[in-house]
Amino acid sequence: MKLVTVAGPPSSGKTSVILHMIRALHERQISAGVAKFDCISPDDTEIYWKAEIPIATGLSGGLCPDHFFVANIGDCVMWGIKNRFDLLVTESAGLCCRCSPHIRGVTAICVIDVLSGVNTPRKIGPMLRLADIVVVTKGDIVSQAEREVFAFRTSRANPKAALVMMNGLSGQGIAGLMRSLTGIPDVESVNGAELRFAMPAALCSYCLGETRIGKGYQIGNVRHMDFPGQNDSPGTAAK
Amino acid sequence: MDVKTLTVLGGTDKNGQKEEVTLSCAPGDVICVVGPTGSGKSRFLSDIEALAQGDTVSGRRVLVNGSPIDMTGEGTFGQKIVAQLSQQMNFVMDLAVEDFLLLHAESRLVPDADAMVRTILTAANELAGEKFTGRVSVTQLSGGQSRALMIADTAVLSPSPIVLIDEIENAGINRRRALELLVKKEKITFIATHDPVLALMGTRRIFFRDGGIAGIIVPDKAERESALYVQQVDDQWVEWRETIRNGNLLHIVQKR
Repeated sequence: MKLVTVAGPPSSGKTSVILHMIRALHERQISAGVAKFDCISPDDTEIYWKAEIPIATGLSGGLCPDHFFVANIGDCVMWGIKNRFDLLVTESAGLCCRCSPHIRGVTAICVIDVLSGVNTPRKIGPMLRLADIVVVTKGDIVSQAEREVFAFRTSRANPKAALVMMNGLSGQGIAGLMRSLTGIPDVESVNGAELRFAMPAALCSYCLGETRIGKGYQIGNVRHMDFPGQNDSPGTAAK
Repeated sequence: MDVKTLTVLGGTDKNGQKEEVTLSCAPGDVICVVGPTGSGKSRFLSDIEALAQGDTVSGRRVLVNGSPIDMTGEGTFGQKIVAQLSQQMNFVMDLAVEDFLLLHAESRLVPDADAMVRTILTAANELAGEKFTGRVSVTQLSGGQSRALMIADTAVLSPSPIVLIDEIENAGINRRRALELLVKKEKITFIATHDPVLALMGTRRIFFRDGGIAGIIVPDKAERESALYVQQVDDQWVEWRETIRNGNLLHIVQKR
């Protein structure tokens, strides 16, 4: 079975891109299933049902969706193999810019949209920088100049990735994405595989359900901000 | 990338009929794309944008300098050879025109970015019906001004040798000058349009039916002369529009 991890900020078009991808696969008689990660509501599940695509949904609830993902990806792969999919696609919840669900040896897609602004490629961490394929959506409603600036900034953030411009509504650009996906590796298990980058860390009283605010309630892995003008923080002094 | 020829090899239309056409284009060519709504114009432009290799619905193939190329591979960022311009496109960055152009020029690693900004601004103002300065925000430009800026910027600064234009009529820009600029910059331009003035400006015209290319027309002498007449009629329309816009009564039919 092939495995592809799809990650990206909220509303960047991950589900639309995956739907076009699977439709194109179906035309080639290739079967696919989706493991969809979400936090609170499994809204997108219905979209996959309607498209008659087998879907497993994981709701992370109060946990970091990234950590929830990595704790469950092994079972997702087993589910995919049991159902004899040719391809399993995982879709991340897409929440924080520090998200880093990509796995070594597993094809990694990052979906970002040009409407998020030209500074976004710099703000997104390993989710973008360590992806194999970057799909840029919503380019159909901005100017050529903005597309080019966005592509340039994205290439600065991740010079190695293949770039695919795609319209999530019409599917224009899907041919390019399918070409980038040819010859991707088989994955029979992710047991023992490694993440490309460590996930966002936290181990503090708030992880365990603390809700009160104040120094006295903070225990564990806690870090405090520096403010301009503090003598002990020259790096952030006001200019 | 240096594009000397662009070749489109026909695929099939919606009914599975083979398109018996091969279209070869060179820098400076303007190809007009016409046909009823839903006849396949946008799909054709989309095939060119994707540099289709028989892997799209139409089955068409697009060759650059005689061979298929793949622009999605590693390290191909910022080198897209096809630029696109359509009626739905807008500026979404809230920047002054000159800062916006500067940003674009910087991303293109232009040595003298300031000079480039001035060149584009001048070119855009030559296309726009109403002039604008570099200090105005791109989001405040009128429809015509923003189309003019997009075309000038794409023609002058975009590295893409192929430009696709989808529906830019009613934009209040000088269409002839816009095309002349693209031709001067040696672009291969495809324009999908319902506007007769624009449709008659091409060096060739492809017409679509049922999702397929139904034929290629090369304008003859009589059509080129007719095009001049259509242009005169269009100029007349512009004059009437200006008369009304400027608060005057329109008296075409003389009082008896």
